[in-house]
Amino acid sequence: MTVFKTLIKSLAATAGVAMISGCDWVVMSPSGDIAAQQADLIIWATVLMLIIVVPVIALTLLFAWRYRASNKKATYQPDWDHSTHLELVIWAAPLAIIIALGAMTWVSTHQLDPYRPLDRVDEGKPVPAGVEPLIVEVVAMDWKWLFFYPEYDVAAVNELAAPLDRPIKFKITATTMMNSFFIPALAGQIYAMGGMETQLHAVINEEGVYDGFSANYSGAGFNGMRFKFHGKTDEGFAQWLDTVKSQGTELSRTAYKELEKPSQYDPVRYFSTVMPGLYDAILNRCVDPGTLCMKDMMGGHSGHQDHSQHEADHHAH
Amino acid sequence: MSDTFDLGKMIFGRLSLEAIPYHDPIIVATFAMVSIGGVALLVAVTRAKLWGYLWTEWFTSIDHKRIGVMYMILGIVMMLRGFADAIMMRIQQAIAFGDSMGYLPPDHYDQIFTAHGVIMIFFVAMPFVVGIMNYIVPLQIGARDVAFPFLNNFSFWMTASGAILVMMSLFVGEFAKSGWLAYPPLTGILQSPGVGVDYYIWALQIAGVGTLLSGVNFVVTIVKMRAPGMSMMKMPVFTWTALCTNVLIVAAFPVLTAVLAMLSMDRYLDTNFFTNDLGGNAMMYVNLIWIWGHPEVYILILPLFGVFSEIVATYSGKRLFGYSSMVYATVVITILSYLVWLHHFFTMGSGATVNSFFGITTMIISIPTGAKVFNWLFTMYRGRIKFDVPMLWTVGFMVTFVIGGMTGVLLAVPSADFVLHNSLFLIAHFHNVIIGGVVFGVFAAIAYWYPKVTGYKLDPFWGKMTFWFWIIGFYLAFMPLYVLGLMGVTRRMSHFDDPSLQIWFQIALVGAVLVGIGIICFLLQFYFSYRKRDQLRDETGDPWDGRTLEWSTTSPPPQYNFAFTPRVHDNDAWWQMKANGVKRPQDGFLPIHMPKNTAAGMVIAGISTVLGFTLIWHMWLPAALSLVALILATIVHTFNYDRDYHIPADEVARIETQASEVKA
Repeated sequence: MTVFKTLIKSLAATAGVAMISGCDWVVMSPSGDIAAQQADLIIWATVLMLIIVVPVIALTLLFAWRYRASNKKATYQPDWDHSTHLELVIWAAPLAIIIALGAMTWVSTHQLDPYRPLDRVDEGKPVPAGVEPLIVEVVAMDWKWLFFYPEYDVAAVNELAAPLDRPIKFKITATTMMNSFFIPALAGQIYAMGGMETQLHAVINEEGVYDGFSANYSGAGFNGMRFKFHGKTDEGFAQWLDTVKSQGTELSRTAYKELEKPSQYDPVRYFSTVMPGLYDAILNRCVDPGTLCMKDMMGGHSGHQDHSQHEADHHAH
Repeated sequence: MSDTFDLGKMIFGRLSLEAIPYHDPIIVATFAMVSIGGVALLVAVTRAKLWGYLWTEWFTSIDHKRIGVMYMILGIVMMLRGFADAIMMRIQQAIAFGDSMGYLPPDHYDQIFTAHGVIMIFFVAMPFVVGIMNYIVPLQIGARDVAFPFLNNFSFWMTASGAILVMMSLFVGEFAKSGWLAYPPLTGILQSPGVGVDYYIWALQIAGVGTLLSGVNFVVTIVKMRAPGMSMMKMPVFTWTALCTNVLIVAAFPVLTAVLAMLSMDRYLDTNFFTNDLGGNAMMYVNLIWIWGHPEVYILILPLFGVFSEIVATYSGKRLFGYSSMVYATVVITILSYLVWLHHFFTMGSGATVNSFFGITTMIISIPTGAKVFNWLFTMYRGRIKFDVPMLWTVGFMVTFVIGGMTGVLLAVPSADFVLHNSLFLIAHFHNVIIGGVVFGVFAAIAYWYPKVTGYKLDPFWGKMTFWFWIIGFYLAFMPLYVLGLMGVTRRMSHFDDPSLQIWFQIALVGAVLVGIGIICFLLQFYFSYRKRDQLRDETGDPWDGRTLEWSTTSPPPQYNFAFTPRVHDNDAWWQMKANGVKRPQDGFLPIHMPKNTAAGMVIAGISTVLGFTLIWHMWLPAALSLVALILATIVHTFNYDRDYHIPADEVARIETQASEVKA
């Protein structure tokens, strides 16, 4: 696997030569275990398909050349239009590749299901016993990101941080527009939708500052819906939390209503305390006092649950 | 709703002078260019006294061949608009880095990418595909016209009407800023209160009527009007693909109509199908639009698969390899195309089992598609391949399309899609299959059948220039987007911070410019071929030594196509007739029953345009009036009993004798 990665990287290097110095194929060389597995999957799937694509392209060009009209030496069989053996091969060869790829798809889709809690933090490193995932509640707003850290009772706009090698569980919703929460270095994306919650489990393995953004166009302020994701050591993360605590203001209902107004290219902001139950209220569209929460609207359903138990279901309620 | 009755508001709705974007220099300049061009065209037509000719021979014509040509012209005109949008986006993305914001504010840029997608799919690719089917299918099955000739004319004008509304949005008001599929909640009335989304809705609804009726028309034509002896398994492959495409149209387009109707109700009547509140759910819209949207991509590509099948057999001088596996592959693709829609949104949060199911069904489609590629390959094997322009496009397609197919299957692996979804990798993928498949196919079809339509071939020099500029331009324009996608760049951005990306966008711009030169060559080819038409003339009606029935008649074919309905004994009917030394009939001609021209299609579609425009602008009074007019015009048309005539036998004899003399 690493051979292929090196190969791809060196290919990238040659293809780009000097002009792309500093360029970063982040999708192919990410810094989080989930994204790394996704990158490996891309390489394996591509290799598998090249088994059939390369011969097809080669044969196309070969036949086009060999059977050109001016080449009178080549055999000409104008009425040859059927060969059972050949047709078997024609259908069987793609079928074989697709069976392999289909099996790979089934396994990887379940293994890398964003709703599935992690069982390892890196290759060969299972999640240590007793380590609970860091829960981050994400709200896509017009046009900024709001991140809640319920464990620490803090929140931040347009900045996200997480300690290395600790599983992160993102719970994701939106205020109005449909967005997609995506940090390529960390893990694949998932939509953020109003009144619904999606989830993503991931882990960051290398210290660094990475790009995060919305990968689903959401209107006028879409360009600026970007944030930095900081992968930090435990100490670094603790320091970051201290900064948020010391520099942050209070995220009260009023402050939230102010924040909710559409705005673009918002600077990073910290909130040192958060109104209890705010994320839940945003998710259930009942931040305004007196509005009925969605989870209380329909009798039978109990609103938002732990979806990881219902993998096969449609997750958003 | 105000309590007082405001007549001005009832008549003009939200339309006012403010709606004209005269403050935007780009639009004003475009408007100036379009008006100068338009006026020049009108003056030229008037001076040449062509109005009467255009009216009787073209606009009101219900001849499938004339309608086919009008579809192609519509497609070419709209392609210029769609390409103008494309090059504007490429320029913006190549320069808008860091402190430079480029020349397009997001407000304008967002309209451009929406218009580009809508126009290229609905008003370029669809007219091209329908146009080719219109011209060729009746000829290939030995029919005199389609099953419902008036409906055919009406369908065309409804499509044109949708295109007119999209073009109007450029100068009156604005177009949607929503992306080509207009996902709510962004397109809900709260988030998009302007007229843009309404232009989108009504343009597609009106054009959709045309497409749906056209689908019905062709299914009936192909099922009921084949020449005697042409069993289903003797139909030319292009006709087979046309049949499957039209079945898809009939099954899929009502879904689009319904989903857009629900979106309109959300916008006009305060319903909550797709809103965030009151039980609405945008996920329903996303599912429904893709239940139409995925079959739509097969609606576009299948007929071109048919075109390539015809071309590869003709220029290889050989029977198509694996006819029946080709047919089964087409049918399998038709059915499977309904089982894959969810792959457009694996990232919406479905469970792993659902995602795997749709991922694997998507991959399964690549099996029949792969079989098709192999069939073309083995048609070339032991052939005598002549590299005329259509064959160049075909080889270009085979190489390009498998790359696009491969990246498509990659995107069908859900876990891979999670990192590639909505990225420029996706953009590169679908342009790879749509340009490499649909556009190359359309250009191949135009070069292939042009002598049938006009009686002279296209100048191969300009055809080859078109080909080489397009294919090189395509690779330069879209391979960098694959790279950018792997660098994590998402679509629909009009500004970037990371300077290391810029070089790739600049390369893509160079590619787009080359494609632009390719388009210019494509247009010049018509002019230069017309000038050289005497050298390029084909008297035989069969310039490429063709295999199917359209080559058995003269070029251009007489309005009745065939004086005698041909009898078919082979799936290469004309090839077999030539092998048996068939002669043109010299006598025994009978009067031919033909449908008569009518202006009804144009009138009803014209009223529909007005209705659409008034609904977009909330001009309730004119809207009500045009709705009444629409219904009345339709009823009046049903009382038109003067719908047909006969071409007398001696007239047929005269045309046929003349054609035989020319051929001899």
